[in-house]
Amino acid sequence: MRQILTALVIGILFGAGLTVSDMINPARVLAFLDIFGNWDPALAFVMGGAIIPSAIAYLVSNRMQKPLLDSRFFIPENRIIDRQLLYGAALFGAGWGLVGYCPGPAIAGLAFGDWQPIVFVIAMLAGMWLHRLSTDLIKTRKSVA
Amino acid sequence: MTSPAPLDPFVALSGGLLIGTAAALLLLFSGRIAGISGMVARATGIADTGISRQQAIAFVLGLPIGALVTGLWVRTADVAVTSSVPLLIGAGLLVGYGTRMGNGCTSGHGVCGVSRLSPRSLAATASFMLTAFLVVAVARFMFMGA
Repeated sequence: MRQILTALVIGILFGAGLTVSDMINPARVLAFLDIFGNWDPALAFVMGGAIIPSAIAYLVSNRMQKPLLDSRFFIPENRIIDRQLLYGAALFGAGWGLVGYCPGPAIAGLAFGDWQPIVFVIAMLAGMWLHRLSTDLIKTRKSVA
Repeated sequence: MTSPAPLDPFVALSGGLLIGTAAALLLLFSGRIAGISGMVARATGIADTGISRQQAIAFVLGLPIGALVTGLWVRTADVAVTSSVPLLIGAGLLVGYGTRMGNGCTSGHGVCGVSRLSPRSLAATASFMLTAFLVVAVARFMFMGA
């Protein structure tokens, strides 16, 4: 229960940060991505600001046996850069550049009653589900063969 | 493309600090990476491994709550987004599929992964940043002729 409440509070903080920094506004994000236009550096300040506490917490976590509310840390240890990672990130970047929404701002943007983030989030879930479906299909084919 | 009025860099930085603090707290309390695409997949049951489903749901619900509270008390969000339905659907499909295939998005790779200098996250961040810059540049030259 404590972990669930913690996750809720952290989600609220995250959503507040996205709103304060105007990252929930796709026009702001696109203005950063549009280097040939009237370039807006805001996203770089947001990224920089976010990396500071996150990096400190990572250094602190290295000196801890376990997190405060769980039995161990769950930090990905995979270091292999494969095509799946690079192509997946590229597909994501293409979608991000088309509209200016990445997952966090789109979900946070549902709060204001606009219809656009609703359409985007439904399509995003469909995309996630399609990926799940395609990996499941490959797995079954492999197990059959 | 009409750009929004410039944002005070200190406001942008403090918003970023809030995001980073959220990621820091999740790591120190629950030992997890604050990756939103992963949280969404977990909350909806599309992914079956990772953080507990209840925690993922709580985190994802927190995002619009935080946005709403900030919008009411701090400043009204001035959201400007395309109204083209096919574009929203195409972009959503790409973002959904791509973040699952590449195991993360701006938060998990761009913030959490970069801050621990994970080679995979640095590569993924370079990949999605470059593609996004490219797509916006192509859109600019195709549709605005400038």
